[in-house]
Amino acid sequence: MSVKKFVTGNFYDEAVLFPAVKKTRRAGYKIHDVYTPFPIHGLDKAMGLRDTSLHTAGFIYGITGTATAVGFITWALTIDWRLNFGGKPFFALPAWIPITFELTVLFAAVGMVLTFCYLCQLAPFVKKDHFNPRSTDDTFVMALECTDKTNEAEAISFLQTIGATDVQVQYKETEWWLGRYDKDTKRFEKKETAEAAH
Amino acid sequence: MSIKENFVVSKRYNMISMALMALGILAIIGLYITTHSGKGTEDEKAVADVRFWASLLQNSVYFLLIVNASMFFICATTLAWGGWQMAFRRVPEAISAVVPVMGVISMAILLAIVFGDKHNIYHWTDAEHVEHDKILRFKKGFLSKNFFTGITLFTVAGWSFLGWKMRKLSRSLDNKPLASMAEAKKYIWNNTVWAALYIVVFALTIMSSVPWLWLMSIDAHWYSTMYSWYTFASTFVAGMSLIALFVVYLKNKGYLEYTNQEHVHDIGKFMFAFSVFWTYLWFSQFMLIWYANIPEETTYFKPRAYGPYSGLFWTMFIINFIAPLLILMRRSSKRNYTVLTFMAVLIIFGHWLDLYQMVFPGPMTDPKTEVTHVPMILWDFVIALGFVGLIMFVTGKALSKAPLLARNHPFVKESLIHHT
Repeated sequence: MSVKKFVTGNFYDEAVLFPAVKKTRRAGYKIHDVYTPFPIHGLDKAMGLRDTSLHTAGFIYGITGTATAVGFITWALTIDWRLNFGGKPFFALPAWIPITFELTVLFAAVGMVLTFCYLCQLAPFVKKDHFNPRSTDDTFVMALECTDKTNEAEAISFLQTIGATDVQVQYKETEWWLGRYDKDTKRFEKKETAEAAH
Repeated sequence: MSIKENFVVSKRYNMISMALMALGILAIIGLYITTHSGKGTEDEKAVADVRFWASLLQNSVYFLLIVNASMFFICATTLAWGGWQMAFRRVPEAISAVVPVMGVISMAILLAIVFGDKHNIYHWTDAEHVEHDKILRFKKGFLSKNFFTGITLFTVAGWSFLGWKMRKLSRSLDNKPLASMAEAKKYIWNNTVWAALYIVVFALTIMSSVPWLWLMSIDAHWYSTMYSWYTFASTFVAGMSLIALFVVYLKNKGYLEYTNQEHVHDIGKFMFAFSVFWTYLWFSQFMLIWYANIPEETTYFKPRAYGPYSGLFWTMFIINFIAPLLILMRRSSKRNYTVLTFMAVLIIFGHWLDLYQMVFPGPMTDPKTEVTHVPMILWDFVIALGFVGLIMFVTGKALSKAPLLARNHPFVKESLIHHT
């Protein structure tokens, strides 16, 4: 449980968003995240995010799949239950390649989907706070995290000067909790507790 | 902002390409002398003679197909309405300008082999032999001198003409910006139509008839429906590597300011993806034959995978599959010019070896004893260097003729802001 204070602003245009992200970073504000309804190429770079490790995980899952397939088929067909298929050698590697390939793909695909869900904290009954529901529809939402040193009024006017609209101060829970999106399950009393804490 | 739009062929570049060409010509002469020394029996002489012609056949066809892959790349991206390649599009355009030159050379060599009755290469050209051969008699309509000549002419003429047309369309905008949206739409439509025509010719030639006639008919009894796709994949991945080499060269010389790592990364993706695609076709062809184990089909792989060519065969498999798979898989290696250049050279060499093992086992088999041997590959390699020099020379000339950025093309901006 960690409720934090944010200043959020909406953007409607990539051409405004990109320079805005750059200016915000240069001004030294801490960008919590930028929420967009679709992937924007190059935004991760503009925000200075590091490359994802998802592909490394995918490679490891794939190798695991290859090893599983080759290992199991080798054991089954050369040690446990030798069968003569049309006079082929017991260790008939070419015939196993399709299965090896498919197990590689299966392991890599399933593993990467699960890892992706874990990294994004996506799962059934996992609920997170939204800054603005329109970030799933037609706007880009930038959220600046307020630290001890952030001057709130300055941050608001800064966001307005770089082209943000509907600038607000919001208290939001950054962790996930069990709940449903179709029901309003508030686990934390956000505003009051946070303000009391500050 | 001013950019270095006009490529100037440096003296050193010209000298290297000239030297390579001279080396190639010397090697051709040297190989001719050593194979036509006039010693031995008639059969031995015939084998020595086809060894010379097979070398020319393999080199000229390989380099013709990889320079032609550049035009395929342009037309495929045009049809897909791709914009990302615009920043360096003049590079594949310039490479494709080699097609008419290489086309004429290849055609001359192919027709010399067919009409010069080099039966050890194309034994379907031996009319008397065909009469006694049930399989070849059945294929007489397809494997005939007239059909071969017709398809070869159609191929070289079609590739050259449509490539010339695509280049002309691209250059027509250099000094004449498009005035309106309607005009731009018309221009794109025009491009689309000509690119589609090229793709149709491409499908009728390299993706079907041409590899069957030029290469597969060396082993005229054997056939594989995968063969043309396989050849296409082989030459396309090498063609992408060639584009990568020229792009990196121009970048190093300070040209192509708007081409950056993002574009090079995408070329690297093509090299990676089509290496895997090539392996897929290679395996599909190999596995079915290996599994069915029918004598008339396994004759193809007998000398290659299990005979005297096995060292070559598995080397080229490692170069063409294992190396690109493991090295080009990482994002950072596709964006690193040094690694990409190394891989491009390796892939071009690997697919040259691939074509080598496709062409040579047939002609190098003694018709009487059925014994196959591997010729001295160094000769062929030096001849290949000659063709590399020719490609360098003609491409450099073509690059210097037009600005390096197709700056008035409607899709250029998309390429300048390209992210991967």
